[in-house]
Amino acid sequence: MAFQEIKLYQTGTFVAGNRLLDPAQRTVQARTGRSNTLTSGHRACRGCGEALGARYVLDAAMRVTKGSMVAVNSTGCLEVFTTPYPESSWQLPWLHSLFGNGPAVASGVAAALKAKGREDIRVVAQAGDGGTVDIGFGTLSGMFERNDDVLFVCYDNQGYMNTGVQRSGATPPAARTANTKALGAEPGNVFGQGKFAPLIAMAHEIPYVATATVADLHDLEAKVETAMGMRGARYLHVLVPCPLGWGADSSETIRLARLAKESGIFPVFEAEQGDVTAVSKLRRQVPVTEYLRPQKRYAHLFGDPGRPDIVERLQARADRTIARFGLLSEGDR
Amino acid sequence: MRSQIEGSQAVAQAIARCRPQVIAAYPISPQTHIVESLSDLVRTGDLEGCEYLMVESEFGAMSACIGAAAAGTRTYTATSSQGLLFMAEALFNASGLGLPTVMTVANRAIGAPINIWNDHSDTMAMRDSGWIQLYAESNQEAADLHLQAFRLAEQLELPVMVCMDGFVLTHAFEPVDLPEQADVDAYLPPRVPRQALDPEEPMTIGAMVGPEAFTEVRYLMHAKQAAALDIIPTLASEFEERFGRSSGGLVRPYRLDGAEIVVVALGSILGTIQDVVDTLREEGVPIGVLGIGCFRPWPEEEVRAALASARQVLVVERSFAPGVGGIVSRDVRLSLNGLAAEVFEVAAGLGGRPVTRESLRRLIADVREGRMPANTLHFLDLDTQVVQRELRRPGTGVPPGPHVDHLTRESGR
Repeated sequence: MAFQEIKLYQTGTFVAGNRLLDPAQRTVQARTGRSNTLTSGHRACRGCGEALGARYVLDAAMRVTKGSMVAVNSTGCLEVFTTPYPESSWQLPWLHSLFGNGPAVASGVAAALKAKGREDIRVVAQAGDGGTVDIGFGTLSGMFERNDDVLFVCYDNQGYMNTGVQRSGATPPAARTANTKALGAEPGNVFGQGKFAPLIAMAHEIPYVATATVADLHDLEAKVETAMGMRGARYLHVLVPCPLGWGADSSETIRLARLAKESGIFPVFEAEQGDVTAVSKLRRQVPVTEYLRPQKRYAHLFGDPGRPDIVERLQARADRTIARFGLLSEGDR
Repeated sequence: MRSQIEGSQAVAQAIARCRPQVIAAYPISPQTHIVESLSDLVRTGDLEGCEYLMVESEFGAMSACIGAAAAGTRTYTATSSQGLLFMAEALFNASGLGLPTVMTVANRAIGAPINIWNDHSDTMAMRDSGWIQLYAESNQEAADLHLQAFRLAEQLELPVMVCMDGFVLTHAFEPVDLPEQADVDAYLPPRVPRQALDPEEPMTIGAMVGPEAFTEVRYLMHAKQAAALDIIPTLASEFEERFGRSSGGLVRPYRLDGAEIVVVALGSILGTIQDVVDTLREEGVPIGVLGIGCFRPWPEEEVRAALASARQVLVVERSFAPGVGGIVSRDVRLSLNGLAAEVFEVAAGLGGRPVTRESLRRLIADVREGRMPANTLHFLDLDTQVVQRELRRPGTGVPPGPHVDHLTRESGR
């Protein structure tokens, strides 16, 4: 999908509505022919970033594959809120097995389809960050190194939200969770821990790795389309704010996702065969405080006296990410 | 075709003739020769239409089988020991979802202490996983059971383990009649899944089920296991009709006519026990053997019928439940409920210790001559000096209580 340049002065915001686009460029969600793969009536929280992300990802993938697709889901919020027996929100063949085996199950499905000569049916697997970067990481790495024909999507809300907001390997430093409370000299999650799975995915030199957020849904759809146009192991890491776990108003989901990107905290980029091929530049760099303040998980940083030293460290991390991925446009440097 | 062949090769050949469509495997001794051989067969094209996944762990292997089986294909894997335990979560999931994978378990002890040799502590630990468990007595039977296992699994939509003793069978060279492809094709038609992941008919598989229906789902799983008790004998007799030899079935009675003492066992140890029984019969001892071919589901009625006239039942098992006693023994007692027979529990051949004719003769004599109390776990050939010295060593923090003393004293006889 080619991008159409939009003049943002037309809206005065960073939101580019579909009405400004040529009909052919509008999102899959804006089309009457969308598949509603994850249909309404599910039980996600109000403002759930994961539900939004999954809906866009799967509908875009369904459009590319013309509905010839199977989804594998690891245990987690997405699985729980979509399939309370005897109901299901899924309008595609959908399989949930366990928490830590989504990638291997998807490999098995792909192998079966190949054995049956039905490689026209594509496989998308999805999990939260716990199911991806922690408990499912062994099977994920196996799926990557074998280059199995699976698009694996991680909806990263930076913690174990389904079990009551505990820390995961994707929880950022200083964030308060149920087991990294704002207690002691180093409140919140510890600095120097955690991992950024997209870089590890790239180390497998798989055909495609990309990151996205639910703030830029055109970009998300375009990346799904790119990924589904390829074969082999592909990885898409989508930042999905969680109002419950982040302690943010449900109306803030999209704005927080955008601020995560615009502050440089979450880099949005694409990589092929292990090399970065494109980055989404910051449109207007914001200090990390703008992203941190609306979230109660960082409230301990902003009290009186607060922890300006920790905020500084978080800013330094964002600056490093900006430099590392080259997120500033020429004129902004 | 009759060949002098290693047990693992025989199983691999039998599996290949079952035309699996997806094999996912991870190496662990003593299962390795099976999956190596299958890898060769896929690479050479002898096994066509099969995808072979070399996964990163046993957990990954079983998970890939779950995905492949849910997509409607015939799936296979093999493992042993620690590998089976590493699969544990996925084993329960496969049976819960009703996915008909067949798995060979080359039985091996569970550590610690780490031990690569044969006993049944791996599969016994997974006896409640919802898988059907069939135990092979010989390499011929191990090969044959896989054909029946695929039929059974796919008919019931339930996973099946074929258990064969690690090294004792997997690495032993014996003459085996390998089933001809045409016969296998006639006996085992392609899998027709009742439900599968299919974009033409989208289905949600693996939904969350709460208290309102969980009991019913579990009940149905139990009912499937019960149905297997009817299907297994039919599959065995159909097998015999086509292949001209007897393999499989629920139980294998041997010289039970007029037997007052019956030895119950599973797996390759049955051969040695039968030899001992033959000799004792010649000496006029009224003794027989009951082999358990199918351990899960437990053939309660068949075992009861076979043991109806026994006075002493000696269960020789290659594993035990620490703190409790024999595992198979408990099920045997269930079958004997209301009958007069006494049950003697013996843990034998743990971690690959050979179970010799000599030891078995001594054991049977102890039972017959009243030197061994019933309903107490005995350890065959236990070095009582070693364990008693350890138990009495000051400072070990394990006070030698009356139970332990009793146990070691009794088994030391």
